[in-house]
Amino acid sequence: MEKPKAHIDYNNPVISIRGVAKAFEDFAVLRGIDLDLFQGENLVVLGRSGTGKSVLIKLVSGLLKPDRGTIKVLGQEVTEISDKELQELRIRIGFSFQNSALYDSMTVRKNLEFPLVRNRKSITRKEIDKAVEEVLDSVGLSQTINQMPAELSGGQRKRIGIARTLILNPEIMLYDEPTAGLDPITCTEINELINQVQQQYHTSSIIITHDLTCAKETGDRIAMLLDGQFQRVGTFKEVFDTNDERVKPFFDYNFIQ
Amino acid sequence: MEQLNSTSSPARKKRPKFVQKIFDFFSSLYNIHLFILRFFREAFVPPFEFKEIVRQCYEVGVRSFTLITVTGFIVGFIFTKQSRPSLVEFGAQSWIPKLVSIAIMRALAPLVTALIASGKVGSSIGAELSSMRVTEQIDAMEVSGTKPFKFLVCTRVLATTITIPILATYTGFIALIGGYLNVAQNEGTSYSAFMEEVFKPLTFVDFNASLIKAIVFGFTIGIVGCYQGYYSNKGTEGVGKAANGAVVTAMFLVFIEEVIIVQITGNFR
Repeated sequence: MEKPKAHIDYNNPVISIRGVAKAFEDFAVLRGIDLDLFQGENLVVLGRSGTGKSVLIKLVSGLLKPDRGTIKVLGQEVTEISDKELQELRIRIGFSFQNSALYDSMTVRKNLEFPLVRNRKSITRKEIDKAVEEVLDSVGLSQTINQMPAELSGGQRKRIGIARTLILNPEIMLYDEPTAGLDPITCTEINELINQVQQQYHTSSIIITHDLTCAKETGDRIAMLLDGQFQRVGTFKEVFDTNDERVKPFFDYNFIQ
Repeated sequence: MEQLNSTSSPARKKRPKFVQKIFDFFSSLYNIHLFILRFFREAFVPPFEFKEIVRQCYEVGVRSFTLITVTGFIVGFIFTKQSRPSLVEFGAQSWIPKLVSIAIMRALAPLVTALIASGKVGSSIGAELSSMRVTEQIDAMEVSGTKPFKFLVCTRVLATTITIPILATYTGFIALIGGYLNVAQNEGTSYSAFMEEVFKPLTFVDFNASLIKAIVFGFTIGIVGCYQGYYSNKGTEGVGKAANGAVVTAMFLVFIEEVIIVQITGNFR
């Protein structure tokens, strides 16, 4: 699949991370990382399991607090803003969880309506229905509107999870392992959807994955997280054109085996 | 995820096991107080989740209804049956309705309801919120700019606080019916005569004390279940622990509260 050309503004970082460190108990996960996500860019963060990829986007969305360092999102310092400001900032960030995190007790419609009715106070019933239909249509799952999450397949759940974040028209998308546990065909569909979201909603995205096909098909830039720091950042070719023994196995496993 | 002042924080210091246990106890006590304060800070500030409160009230009521009906009836019937021989010995069987009503309305109805609800509702709230935490549903609510505490915790605590007094009243009524059946079986007393005798010894203080007890029990069951679930550890083990913790802690607190309220209301009689 050829990745559509993105319009990236390299003078306008929407996320700036500087010197961020995070440890759990005695284990240092992130050890002073620096990273920029530019306007309109899809940035893929690659790394082994347990290297702190998901921690990184949880820090960005304010779900976790860094031990040190600064995280600027859309011009606001996440660690310093008030709860109310953080809540308002979060509306501008979409977070697609690894296991979709759909609300079990609600239908697909209610799942999609949930953030909308709580963040747009003056919205009418008609506008809600229109927004739900549009966003479901954009992920190609209009027929599932009245189904419960338990009745959906893994791929469908992922798509609904993405649709739920898109309903608030976010400026930034954070994808946590979007293709984990899916078959190759569904993976390709999800990759296409990520690119479609970038084009249609003009989002800037951080995509956390260890799936190199996903990285290649969706990423404008790749950042390789190793030993708590970004060791290699660049295009797919730049990152993997190396003899670094910590990087090569990723490529070999995905494209040679 | 909101971070508690928990002992599992990254900055946790290494302490001797015994000291750590004491520290954990006071730490969780402090966290529970923060949790309760947060409930009062958020529950009565708009926007209100009326629909969800009604849905939760329905859930709490329906979940316990059958069990409470059966238990209430058995408690009334058995209590009357067991009290009979002693009273008959003194020729005081005519006191049975009064004895039954005092025991049921003052103590048994709210207590039995609270214990049943602790097992049925408290565990269910603990497990539900805990599994929502494990599957990142609470995080998903938080990152979408909504307030999960208000939607999940405030609604459930309000629902148990509202519904358990209603259920306790119902339990009292059913238990009295159980008691009446036993009395009718033995003495052939009519229903109206029994009920007339039942309400004679009860005062305004009795009804109020019973209502206050049920409200306090309801609040306790809700807050304990929510606390255990909302801040449960990750993993499926956390779900089980949350459900179990919700039941054990709520039951324990219900008994403690029973003692305290009985002591306080005793002063008004």
